[in-house]
Amino acid sequence: MTPFVPLLVILPLGAAFCIVAMAQVSRLRRLAAPLAVAVVLVNLAISALLLGAGDIRTFVGGWGPASTLGIELVCDGLSRLMAVTINLVSLVAFVFAVPYMRRFTKVWLFDAMLLMMIGAMNGVVLAGDLFNLFVFLEIAAIASYALVAFGCQADELEAAFKYMVLGTVGSALILLGVTIIYSLTGQLNMAIVHSLLGKAGLGGPAVMLAAAALLGGLALKAAMVPFHAWLPDAHPSAPAPISAMLSGVLIKASGVYVMARVVFNVFGVSDRLAVILMAMGAMSMLIGVLLAVGQWDFKRLLAYHSISQMGYVVLAIGAAVQVAARPSPDMALAGLCLFGGLYHLLNHAMFKSLLFLSSGSIEQQTGTRELKKMGGLARRMKVTSFCCRVGALSIAGVPPFNGFFSKLIIIIALVLAGHEVLAAMAVFVALVTLISFVKVQRYALEGAAADAHAADAVEAPVLMQTAMVVLAVICIVSGLAIVPLRQHVFGPAADALLAAGKLLSMGGAP
Amino acid sequence: MSTGIYILAFAILLAGLYAIVAKKNVVKIIIGLLAMDYALNLLLVLVGYRTGGTPPILAEGQAPAKLAAAAVDPLPQAMVLTSIVIGLGLTALMVAMGIRLYERYGTFDTNRIRKLRG
Repeated sequence: MTPFVPLLVILPLGAAFCIVAMAQVSRLRRLAAPLAVAVVLVNLAISALLLGAGDIRTFVGGWGPASTLGIELVCDGLSRLMAVTINLVSLVAFVFAVPYMRRFTKVWLFDAMLLMMIGAMNGVVLAGDLFNLFVFLEIAAIASYALVAFGCQADELEAAFKYMVLGTVGSALILLGVTIIYSLTGQLNMAIVHSLLGKAGLGGPAVMLAAAALLGGLALKAAMVPFHAWLPDAHPSAPAPISAMLSGVLIKASGVYVMARVVFNVFGVSDRLAVILMAMGAMSMLIGVLLAVGQWDFKRLLAYHSISQMGYVVLAIGAAVQVAARPSPDMALAGLCLFGGLYHLLNHAMFKSLLFLSSGSIEQQTGTRELKKMGGLARRMKVTSFCCRVGALSIAGVPPFNGFFSKLIIIIALVLAGHEVLAAMAVFVALVTLISFVKVQRYALEGAAADAHAADAVEAPVLMQTAMVVLAVICIVSGLAIVPLRQHVFGPAADALLAAGKLLSMGGAP
Repeated sequence: MSTGIYILAFAILLAGLYAIVAKKNVVKIIIGLLAMDYALNLLLVLVGYRTGGTPPILAEGQAPAKLAAAAVDPLPQAMVLTSIVIGLGLTALMVAMGIRLYERYGTFDTNRIRKLRG
């Protein structure tokens, strides 16, 4: 399996280059979208194959395990989970984009940039050293800035500029953190840095500064409250497949995933980091949902819910850090917290992409994003409405959809870890989420059509329906398949975080 | 001596951050971001610097260990090159977006570039 791992990064980046070259010849331009879909399909197949394989370390560019400075791709449990999530959502978004993007010119540019973003995100989750992590984060971020501005309308440019300024500050902070870590340890490989920092211990002011810079930058990328200001502008302004990608995977791959990686596998668990993560998670969860309730723009409402749902994930990861940092850690409980968080991360990727895609389908057919101007769509757009309902029920945490199980596990884990107040808060947020999505159902799907556009709406093209149905089915199946998923996917993913430094013992020289 | 340059790097970093937070002009915000980027590049090079170090180029017949003992650390230099290239791409995108913003709004003033709310 080893030779396949770099392909996850190389194929999309190479294909993006080829598409730009092909687009210069008008006859080849039509092949851009099929090529992109094929590449993502191959990527999905590779990541699904990797799911069955064990941990793999790949040394790129002729460096061997003897050198500690070479470029290394690490494919452990967590990377495998993230790679499958990224490539699955990417494939669905690409299929959806084929009919959706017809209203734009230069669609090949969209294909190329989205491929670049996918390749970079795969690179982020596979990177074994901090500097490569930073480089891939930057590639994904630059592609996403351009994609948010793709329509080139006034509000899209404004949102993209805001996103770009805050994203660049975040990247600068991350680079600052990486620089400080390198000057302290003289190493960049995460596992080696972890073992070197373990000797010095987390307490020196320089390590604290590095941790603060890294976590601050990553919180900006993950749009945690109080760093969330860009997200409600940027995510709704992008074209619908890009909104699905940004909310569905980008904030996870370049924010939450890296945060978990850095806390567990670079700095090591400590109470101080746990408090920061849990406070950010709880605040995002609560403030995000309270801001979401009052929204009447469908995509903006979904964007605020992304902040809130990511809060759940970060809260659960923070609780896991806190449990693991106790003097006599209960690893099973920490594993349960991580299971809840990572399961919710996967589920959120599925239902939030589904909701953004259905909002795009509704926007295309009715010409509006205002909930008050919709109405009665359940009768005229049956498939879209059905998928939108599945997504809404999943995010609201109604059994037997996947959101219910992951929220339940997070709440149980919080109670077991002794955070009853936070658990109660999580229940409250779930309730407010439900109310907010009842509003969506009431105004968009039920009732009478508010204006002529909504009354004339017809069902979206078949490819868009297919994309939404696939995600809706996954929402239902991943809720029911909780036991095998835990055993084969989330167990190894949680182990990868909890057993930090394990990769070092796999044969690398310290 | 070297402490002074470290302080300088942090001062430029903070000056850039100040421009981003306090200035209301798109061009000035872009300049602030560039200042931050360059401060980090400076810091990154400084991390690998050693006073009186030789260039990290292996001369013919020289033992690698001897070079490693005398030369500056080449890895941060490689990192800085990467970082500069990223900064170049980012600058091009930022300036392009600034020009587009000016076309749409007719101004660089961020107080008047305010269509989005909430």
